[in-house]
Amino acid sequence: MALLSKKDRALILDPLADNNPITIQVLGICSALAITAQLKASIVMALSVLFVLAVGNVVISLIRNIIPSKIRIIVQLIVVAALVIIVDQVLKAYAYELSKQLSVFIGLIITNCIIMGRFEAFALANGPWKSFLDGIGNALGYSVILIIVGFFRELLGSGTLLGIQVLGDPITKTGLYAIGYENNGFMLLSPMALIVIGIIIWVQRSRNSKLIEEN
Amino acid sequence: MSLKNKLHDLKMKYKGTKMAPAFNALHTFLYMPNDVTHSGTHVKAADDLKRTMNTVILALVPCLIFGIFNAGYQHYAAIDQTLRLDPLGNFFTWENLTLGAWTVLPLVIVSYVVGLGVEFVFATIKGHEVEEGYLVTGMLVPLIIPIDTPIWMLVIAVIFGVILGKEVFGGTGMNILNPALTIRAFLFFAYPTWMSGDKVWVHGAVERDALISAGSNLDAISGETILGTYAQNQEPIYSVMDMFYGFIPGSVGETSTILILLGGLFLLYTKVASWRIMLSAILGALTMGLLFNGVVDAGWIKEGSNFFGLMSVPFWEHLIIGGLAFGIVYMATDPVTGSQTNKGKWYYGFFIGFISVMIRVFNPAYPEGVFLAILLMNVFAPTIDHYVIQGNIKKRMKRIKIKTA
Repeated sequence: MALLSKKDRALILDPLADNNPITIQVLGICSALAITAQLKASIVMALSVLFVLAVGNVVISLIRNIIPSKIRIIVQLIVVAALVIIVDQVLKAYAYELSKQLSVFIGLIITNCIIMGRFEAFALANGPWKSFLDGIGNALGYSVILIIVGFFRELLGSGTLLGIQVLGDPITKTGLYAIGYENNGFMLLSPMALIVIGIIIWVQRSRNSKLIEEN
Repeated sequence: MSLKNKLHDLKMKYKGTKMAPAFNALHTFLYMPNDVTHSGTHVKAADDLKRTMNTVILALVPCLIFGIFNAGYQHYAAIDQTLRLDPLGNFFTWENLTLGAWTVLPLVIVSYVVGLGVEFVFATIKGHEVEEGYLVTGMLVPLIIPIDTPIWMLVIAVIFGVILGKEVFGGTGMNILNPALTIRAFLFFAYPTWMSGDKVWVHGAVERDALISAGSNLDAISGETILGTYAQNQEPIYSVMDMFYGFIPGSVGETSTILILLGGLFLLYTKVASWRIMLSAILGALTMGLLFNGVVDAGWIKEGSNFFGLMSVPFWEHLIIGGLAFGIVYMATDPVTGSQTNKGKWYYGFFIGFISVMIRVFNPAYPEGVFLAILLMNVFAPTIDHYVIQGNIKKRMKRIKIKTA
């Protein structure tokens, strides 16, 4: 990895685990609960946030010296809103079914705390290249959790992965269903997504005790 | 050498190792410990946690035995309706016992083995003593689920309930939600087709249905619960005495109001359960029932409306159908998850009864709400206690001011 210096690498790798936006900073939970019932939706959501956050971080970083600090939140919102509309239009054009399924949640990326958080905490104080890496890193950290949660929820809730029936057909009773297995309907409900995220946080903290806050 | 000494020796042998809590639990569950405190003055009391738990289990045994007979009775009565003409005469029969034992005991055994297994694993990992909390939960769980719940579902639900309902909070005494109800709620939300409807309450109904749809020439078994019948605006075929004695379909151990009543009196006599919670919960249920009856009497709701059937149930009948009595006596009174203050217990109990009947009437998917109401109030119990204590502090502050002024 001669491409990136050690500091730059940390910008990408830290948010993946020890400084994960969802499990450590507990940001962006709402979308993680709402759209993770299916793996496909999780992946699209992750890609959308990746695009918005990486590009947004660069744009904010480029204009960081000319934004009046009194109205900086408004400026940031305009940047995110513009990017989200681009994502929304692209999805409507090329993946209409998915965009209907994700419905308002693409629009709600605007309110995703991770994005405003990175703008405020990082892009306003760093150069474009670093901001770009930071955006990629945080979006990837978000994606990892989304995909893990989406994987378990779709597999246990619907018995499918990306729409493919991996556990057999529940109606004609093949595969696992032949021996009496049934899908777990609880997995499709949002409370279970919260519990799954909770379990991920539990596993992460028990593996790395440095992450446990003292009180 | 007696069993007691053997267990003691085992305990000594494994002292300080990872397995120590497991042997310690076995020893102290069966006997008094061999070691006696030598210095200082100690208060000696027999009502430690294990005795408390055992008292509740004793109070549950009649419900379990009745549930075993009832499982068999409901099965045979569904095939041969004439048995219902003389429930008492056809109830305590050998066939009912064998069939019931064959279906109920696996649930009990699985519940205990899996639940205690999780407890032992956690005790070994965390290095603390095995806690007794699961003893009651393990008995409650098979009594509050439908008879034909598949074993593997029960296993998953018990693991889920014990870990996320109790162990993550720090084990027995620290849990916010009642673990038995957490297990029930998990089953209900995860596998709703096995937890509601008219097929799950009678043993064999589901299988028979599958056989019929496959082309067998059999009569279908239907075992709609009384609440389910009311929800469809029909009159139940069971008499009030049947409901009171418990010759009705329902979860395994919840049907017999009279045995629950006796168990409740036993718990009150031994001072294990709180009479305030029981009384106020009954009052709450009656209040809500009366309100609904009032709405029906005033003619505000039309006959044929979705809620008419359940709303017009006589208010006192709510106490003897469904799981309300069982929930109030055995689960609302859980000292860990309930309110701790005496005043708080009145509010806590009242809302359990009140909300139970409310959910019962207004929930179209599932005409039973006791477990949801108790879980909800479990969450609110600390808040209730907080305000009761704050109110008391304010009252005392006022008194001081008046005195000093």
